[in-house]
Amino acid sequence: MVEHGDIRVVHRGGSKINFREPVLSHDSRLLLCASGECVKVFSSSTEECVHDLQGHTDLVTGVLLNPSNHLQAYSCSADGTVRLWDFTDGILIKTLVVGFPIYSLYASAHHNGVLFIVISMASDKRSELFQLAALHLPQSGDQLVEAREFSSVLGDVSSNPAAIAFGQGGEYIASAKGLHLEVYFFKKQKSYRFSLKEDNKKGAKNTFTCLSCHPKDDCIATGHEDGKIRLWRNFNHKREYTYSTLHWHHSAVSSVRFTPEGTNLLSGGVESVLVQWRYNQETQKDFLPRLGAAITHIAVSPDGELFCTAHSDNKLTVIQSCVKVSAVIQGLVKGESVRTDLMVDPRSKALVLNGKPGHLQFYSLQRDKQLYNLDIVQQEYIHESGLQQFEVVKAAFDTRGNWLATVEERKQKDSTLELNLKLWAYDEQTQSFVLNTTVSGPHEARITAMCFCHTADSQTTMLVSASQDGHFKAWQLAEAAQTEDEGPFWSCDFVGAYHSLVPECCCFSADGSLLAISFQEVVTVWSPASWELLTTLSQPPGAIRDLCFGRQSCSKYLLGTTAKNLLCCWNLLTCTLEWSTSMDVSLLLSDPLSENMAAFCSHAGCTDLFVFKPSEPRPLFSHKAICSGKVTRAVFAPREEMLESCEESSQWLNRSQLYFLTQYMDLMTFITKAEEDRLMASSKRLVIDDSVAVTPFYLLLGKHRQQQQEKQDRSFSAERNQLPQGSVAIKELLHTPAHVLPSASFLCSMFVRSLLISVTDSREEKKSEEEEMESDKEEESECEMEASTMGQGQTAEAQETAAPALTKAQARELRRVKKLDHSWLSSLLDS
Amino acid sequence: MASFKPTKIQVYPKLGEKVTQDTLYWKNYKAPVQIKEFGAVTNIDFSPVAPHNYAVTAFTRIHIYGPFSQEPVKSFTRFKDTAYCGRFRSDGQLLVAGCEDSVVRLFDVSGKVALRMFKGHTKAVRVTDFTSDRYHILTGSDDYTCRLWDIPNSTELTSYQEHTDYIRCGITSKLNRDLFITGSYDHTLKLFDARVNKSVMTMDHGQPVESLLLYPSEGLLVSAGGRYVKVWDLLKGGQPLVSLKNHHKTVTCLCLSSNGQRLLSASLDRHVKVYNTTNYKVVHNFDYAASILSLGLAPDDESIVVGMTNGILSIKHRKSSEETKEISGQQKRRPAYRVFVKGKNYVPKQDDYLVSKPVKQHLAKYDKQLKRFNVSKALDTALETWTRFRKPEITVAVIKELDRRGTLKNALAGRDERGLSQLLNFLVGNLVDPRFAPVLVPATEMILDIYQSVIGQSPVVDVQLQRLQDLLEREIGYQQDLLEVLGMLDTMFTSSLPRKEVPCSETFYRRF
Repeated sequence: MVEHGDIRVVHRGGSKINFREPVLSHDSRLLLCASGECVKVFSSSTEECVHDLQGHTDLVTGVLLNPSNHLQAYSCSADGTVRLWDFTDGILIKTLVVGFPIYSLYASAHHNGVLFIVISMASDKRSELFQLAALHLPQSGDQLVEAREFSSVLGDVSSNPAAIAFGQGGEYIASAKGLHLEVYFFKKQKSYRFSLKEDNKKGAKNTFTCLSCHPKDDCIATGHEDGKIRLWRNFNHKREYTYSTLHWHHSAVSSVRFTPEGTNLLSGGVESVLVQWRYNQETQKDFLPRLGAAITHIAVSPDGELFCTAHSDNKLTVIQSCVKVSAVIQGLVKGESVRTDLMVDPRSKALVLNGKPGHLQFYSLQRDKQLYNLDIVQQEYIHESGLQQFEVVKAAFDTRGNWLATVEERKQKDSTLELNLKLWAYDEQTQSFVLNTTVSGPHEARITAMCFCHTADSQTTMLVSASQDGHFKAWQLAEAAQTEDEGPFWSCDFVGAYHSLVPECCCFSADGSLLAISFQEVVTVWSPASWELLTTLSQPPGAIRDLCFGRQSCSKYLLGTTAKNLLCCWNLLTCTLEWSTSMDVSLLLSDPLSENMAAFCSHAGCTDLFVFKPSEPRPLFSHKAICSGKVTRAVFAPREEMLESCEESSQWLNRSQLYFLTQYMDLMTFITKAEEDRLMASSKRLVIDDSVAVTPFYLLLGKHRQQQQEKQDRSFSAERNQLPQGSVAIKELLHTPAHVLPSASFLCSMFVRSLLISVTDSREEKKSEEEEMESDKEEESECEMEASTMGQGQTAEAQETAAPALTKAQARELRRVKKLDHSWLSSLLDS
Repeated sequence: MASFKPTKIQVYPKLGEKVTQDTLYWKNYKAPVQIKEFGAVTNIDFSPVAPHNYAVTAFTRIHIYGPFSQEPVKSFTRFKDTAYCGRFRSDGQLLVAGCEDSVVRLFDVSGKVALRMFKGHTKAVRVTDFTSDRYHILTGSDDYTCRLWDIPNSTELTSYQEHTDYIRCGITSKLNRDLFITGSYDHTLKLFDARVNKSVMTMDHGQPVESLLLYPSEGLLVSAGGRYVKVWDLLKGGQPLVSLKNHHKTVTCLCLSSNGQRLLSASLDRHVKVYNTTNYKVVHNFDYAASILSLGLAPDDESIVVGMTNGILSIKHRKSSEETKEISGQQKRRPAYRVFVKGKNYVPKQDDYLVSKPVKQHLAKYDKQLKRFNVSKALDTALETWTRFRKPEITVAVIKELDRRGTLKNALAGRDERGLSQLLNFLVGNLVDPRFAPVLVPATEMILDIYQSVIGQSPVVDVQLQRLQDLLEREIGYQQDLLEVLGMLDTMFTSSLPRKEVPCSETFYRRF
């Protein structure tokens, strides 16, 4: 087995953005949220990711605006560092090395030079006890600072960041854990502890879940497990404290938050309703219902204009203070498991998998953004724990992406299984899928597998579904009924069974002429045209787990994996076993664009990957221990542009990219060295580009300038490199409207004149100058022609009138720009 | 933000006939006009010229009715015995009829007395027709002969004695004056040419032939006899084309719709069937009260006239286009146009600031209550009398939705006597419906659980529960019977299937 060093397994997209409370910047324009190992900065109006703040090497556990500088933000991470960022430009200012994993971070404007962090009580990481410590910021100006000077403030705090908050004017800090609320007053250096009873009558659960302190008043709002909100007052006395109770939520309150002025209290929980309570008039409430999923965090911008809620379905919602949703930032929704396989939509090339309950999500891998959610179940989602919901369990696309088949099921404790098979047609006009046929109860038991016929050219599409009831059914698009009000719909064409065994998986051959269905240990091969059983193949012991036809040159092979650690390859021409090997394959899949097959094998708690061709004895690629745990979902996603790697080991990645989901629902992929380098380069270039104001012309010009520079680097001396980069003249020239420019012929003579009066560098050789002069003359005539033919006025030579003191170099540059005009124009026209 | 998703009302496939263009066309007739004749109506013939009067032969009379009159415009009563087969000549001036007394009578349509009497047959004459040159008459009789008569001379021209049983139907060619076809109870159809003295073509129908029909092109011949309707290709020498067996009693009469695309057959089984003449599939069916003996279709299918054994003549007129519109207009009574348009047709000016109002989602009443989590009220709304009887699927959908929300028990509980009996009434009506049973059976169990303690307190509820029990017992009985039948069928099928020699025996069956 060969190991290949140049292909790496990397995390790709879809990181959690609802892990910690999002932070809104002072001007409410930017939104910061912890996302995996980086902090993402989103625009709160356009929903786009502006940039990532990368630098942490472990999970980011908290983001906080610097209370003394509103353009900076702190972030803390489990890697034991606190970093200070300029988040508008994405620059790392300072790194404080603490040395212990940090679980959350707090700061107050009234405590200068001190940060409050939550760390483990004991030095070992696995400890369940946490303490709140004050971290004194060192005054050093270095980039990397050791910060070891901290003192414990409160012991035994909750690791939940929502359970600690600063009080009015930073006078006290409140922390809740379990059934206790602890308030620590900084002046008195004294803490008060208030406890609630374990359980009242009526089955109330008094455990604290979150708290928030009123910014102007001595009041603490706490949320509880049973949906109550308590407002605590008079807590600077041990005995005379009081609290009042608000109750609207029916289950645990996950976040409470006062607005900056303290006029309103926001609360949210599992109900996915944002409730706005008036402070002191608690009977008046505003609701924002149907936010989609349970609210996990609520943030308020410092000016109180915007609220932001994080939801359990990896979503951030930006809400205006008039309780109206203004923007939704949706990440990849990850449930506990992906019950539908990973799929790639043939049209949008988006990754398709289970999203919100009852939805399919279309997730663009290139842009790392959710494109849209398709509502499969089309029922009101009831947010209640213990309620059995309809779940999308199977989905399949046909080859061209015209049809989508989904299966949803709902199993109640004692009643029968409810199954629905839905077929969705792609609508060109709305660019979305529209429900065409609903088959309620397509089978009597769970559907185990479903696939579309693969043929690209055939007129009729066929869907095959196999079920635990021992039957498999073929569904076909029936012709339109005689009355014109109904379009074509799907109906059952064939029902088949084999010895009353349970069909487990089904697969169509690449040309659609064969259908293989595995019935436990036996693979049956059928002809879909006549529904004849052609042959049976079996290799006992062990039931078949996966079936796959070879593609392209290997289409005569049928591969199967059995539960008893066997990978078999049958030759369909001779109907014999070609080869078999003993390995515990957890997942076998074929690349739709090449002959390659990928087999994920679990071995000693890890998963190995083998990529092979069925016709060749040696694997093309193997990678040991790509991740821990089993890989059960993977997909080959076709690339937009083919890679031109000629190395044998990485050729299998040329046409498509392999994505897989680990046990912990991380989306990973394989990346080659060359691709990685390219990505890095592009990201770096983007960073440079960001520093200059971006105008449409800049983009055009900047590109040309780069090309130009490359050329110059090759042909001329270093002198060309010293060109003034952001020349005022060019900028002005490009911003002058075309209609105020003089005629092109007039400009041309001026242009030539500017060449004559230009200052030449002393180091420049005469010879080259002469050459240039000649070429200039040629170009001059060309210029004239171009100017007269183009006539679009997008050239901007008129600038010479405004700025006659162009250097020769600038002028030449201008000329080049103009010469290049053709190319970019044609490229625009082409696109 | 996402709005409330209304309860999904399941659409169930409509049972029974599908609505096709044909059913729409053939249903577009008014309620029939019924006229009582003196005896069985044996023949109906439409005059080929406007205003397309029709002659109805019944017992000893022939009545001529106008297209819209319900009283005969003319009657011929001078028959000694039962009259048969009153037919118009192609110019609509003359009418010929046979009679039980073997005399063939020719009438002027405007006159009363017979113009000519053709005597020669020895038994009842059941078939009469004019040839296409208008000067001859074809007759067929129970004495096994068919004869040609000359009208001006009132003499017999030829006589053919080839049939060996009663001749009960015959038809002349509309294109050739010498050709005619007769059908007899000896099961044969014979094509005669008047220029030769014997038949030129013989076809065996296999049943006593009752009726004949030629297509307008005269390439195809349709014959009816016994339960069969058969189509023959005359151009291929009388080759049988199709045999239709759609009636379960003798087919008595055939008719083509005016455009020749539909064939109608009437039978003693009281049905008129309409066939598509391209694929010979039945596209429509009319039911009548008694066995049908005769059928006539007015030009352009303006009316369908059917004569029955009990002497009733049923006339259906086509609905005029205004009437059709009127009815559809009545169904959709909408508010005035201006109510909708109010303010909608205002075009904003250039500087106007447009405030877009969110479109208000319209929800059904039960949905509104479900949105507010008022589960009992939602169930009450769904159990309102109109919904319960007319749209039981709505009630079932609401019950299903409540079950999905886990609040069905709450919604069912706490009902008074009236509410409970309403609920039970609905269950009695729909519980055994296979479409609703999966939803309603758990609900019924739940109701019985909840109200177990109060059984016996209200006579109304007790009666309902008793009915429910009876219903269930009956249903269980049916199911058992059906399973028995299924078992029997299975045994029969297995024994009739030949053992396959293939090593793997698979069972599959095709489903449509």
